[in-house]
Amino acid sequence: MPIRFASKPGLVVYLTAGDPDLDATREIAVAAIDAGADVIELGVPFSDPLADGPVIQRASERAVARGTKLSDVLGLAAEIRKVRREAGLVIFSYYNPVLRYGLERFCKEASEAGVDGVLITDMIVEEADEYLKVLEAHGLAPIFLAAPTSPDERLARIAKASRGFVYAISRTGITGAQQTMTGDAEQLVKRLRKYTALPIAVGFGVSKPEHVAALGEFADAAVVGSAIVAIVEASAREDAPSSIARFIKGLRPAVALAR
Amino acid sequence: MSTAANTPAGVVAGRFGAYGGRFVPETLMAALEELEHAYAEAQADPDFHAQLDLLLRDYAGRPTPLYYAQRLTEELGGAKIYLKREDLLHTGAHKINNCLGQGLLARRMGKKRIIAETGAGQHGVASATVCALFGMECVVYMGEEDMRRQELNVYRMRLLGAEVRGVSSGSKTLKDAINEAMRDWVTNVRTTHYLLGSVLGAHPYPTMVRDFHRVISREMRTQMLEKEGRLPDAVIACVGGGSNAMGAFFEFIEDKNVRLIGVEAGGRGTGLGEHAARFQGGSPGVLQGTYSYVLQDDAGQVSLTHSVSAGLDYASIGPEHAALHDSGRAEYVSADDNATLEAVKLLARTEGILPALESAHAVAECARIAPSMSPRDILVVNVSGRGDKDMGILARELNLKGA
Repeated sequence: MPIRFASKPGLVVYLTAGDPDLDATREIAVAAIDAGADVIELGVPFSDPLADGPVIQRASERAVARGTKLSDVLGLAAEIRKVRREAGLVIFSYYNPVLRYGLERFCKEASEAGVDGVLITDMIVEEADEYLKVLEAHGLAPIFLAAPTSPDERLARIAKASRGFVYAISRTGITGAQQTMTGDAEQLVKRLRKYTALPIAVGFGVSKPEHVAALGEFADAAVVGSAIVAIVEASAREDAPSSIARFIKGLRPAVALAR
Repeated sequence: MSTAANTPAGVVAGRFGAYGGRFVPETLMAALEELEHAYAEAQADPDFHAQLDLLLRDYAGRPTPLYYAQRLTEELGGAKIYLKREDLLHTGAHKINNCLGQGLLARRMGKKRIIAETGAGQHGVASATVCALFGMECVVYMGEEDMRRQELNVYRMRLLGAEVRGVSSGSKTLKDAINEAMRDWVTNVRTTHYLLGSVLGAHPYPTMVRDFHRVISREMRTQMLEKEGRLPDAVIACVGGGSNAMGAFFEFIEDKNVRLIGVEAGGRGTGLGEHAARFQGGSPGVLQGTYSYVLQDDAGQVSLTHSVSAGLDYASIGPEHAALHDSGRAEYVSADDNATLEAVKLLARTEGILPALESAHAVAECARIAPSMSPRDILVVNVSGRGDKDMGILARELNLKGA
């Protein structure tokens, strides 16, 4: 499936796979898709999540402690794909688990599982020659991060290497919810537009309907991560899917009404 | 001076054979490129070298002596042993070499806020010292376990005006402190310089930090030629991230007759989690910005480590060491906690020199191999730091009687 954003703004939902357990992540992902998520990012838990704030750190720690592995996340992706054919599926990981698994093997199995794209937090375009080759051979979309600190020549390279969508980071910093969005995001999206016709999704710190509405003015999609993971953390296991569905519908009241 | 040309195994700047590179969040790339350019400009600027050389001499106390350890030599009854006295430097370890260099660079880049990570606290103290000297704000991240076992250095940093932030994630040691420092950097990257303390992390750090420590082997070489009229048979240094070892090895890499011996922390056993010997149980992987050997499980999760010395207690190793290991140019062995504690006692009682627990790993390897060598052979041990900071651990482990 190519990655598509059916409504504007589109919605990308990040989940730490295996928190609280793999079955729960599957149920939450399905509920999120049914509530309107266009793309699900399945986060591979890692021992050293240096780009993440406390919420995703804690979720990763719990999932690693349960023994969640990359192979489990690929299995989870296949299960979600079996029951929901339309939504985009992205594997979101630090590089080391993928490297350890074997890039070729990972891409082959991800592709077979019905995964659409891959985002590696600590992969930059300069290091990506081999990575891009293998992803392309397996029909997987490489999704790169663009930062407010990236100069234009880097944005051009990032845009050129990306498929599916470009992930624009709303501000300098680690993942995590915040009260207000800064002006960095709009500037970044404007600069990125010069180099790509791909959809641009804005993430980091997106947690409220106001944020999503504001982003909708200039970006194609919003990425919601820590806010979702925090609800999963705070919910009883059996309530998590419905809590997430309610939260997602509330993020885009107009879209929810139209559906 | 081109750094790439000086990298023995490297083809591209920032690569050491297959190792090194840049594996960081995109947000940091602009800062890494800025640093790379600032460093290249500084290297071409005679004023920068003049400032650094003056500070190294008058403030830090370079050159450090190359000392013939006669009583240790007699006690071990084999090779002739010299000690490179980095422990005599201001702040008590080699770390000040790099901190003065990066401090000057930060000033050139107009960054007034410095962050650093520290394990044993020696890099933290050196960072706090340089920030005091240059009037910069200093925040040091340190694992809570390391704060406990190296408490004296926590007091020193605070007295020097640095803010010490405890890190309670993971094993609460060096790796976790680096994670937290990276999170700070990615947030405050526009105003902050990350003063990384070892030959780790993304390019240009491994090359730059090594270059700031090259002065160790440059002096060693000159001093050895003056004293003995020839080069040593082996240079021994402990390896955590590997900065003192890269500094001690670098100028000898082309001298194939000089054995280069790196000593990792053997900890208390050979199982994963009981040691920090990356070349005995580690495999190539990406951690904290660089591709090198990493202690990890089958799923690519980074392992916990153990060492009696906080400075060697780390799951990865500088990428240039990985290249030197694979090419066979340097040998890597390990010394366990017990051998290390014995080595502290040995050096203290034969020479009146109290080495840091980190450096004592190198002394332990010296004590292991010297007896079977000829008196015509010459060993140099890089005593990278002094052991005052370790008195609490030593008192407990060696059952020293106090008041």
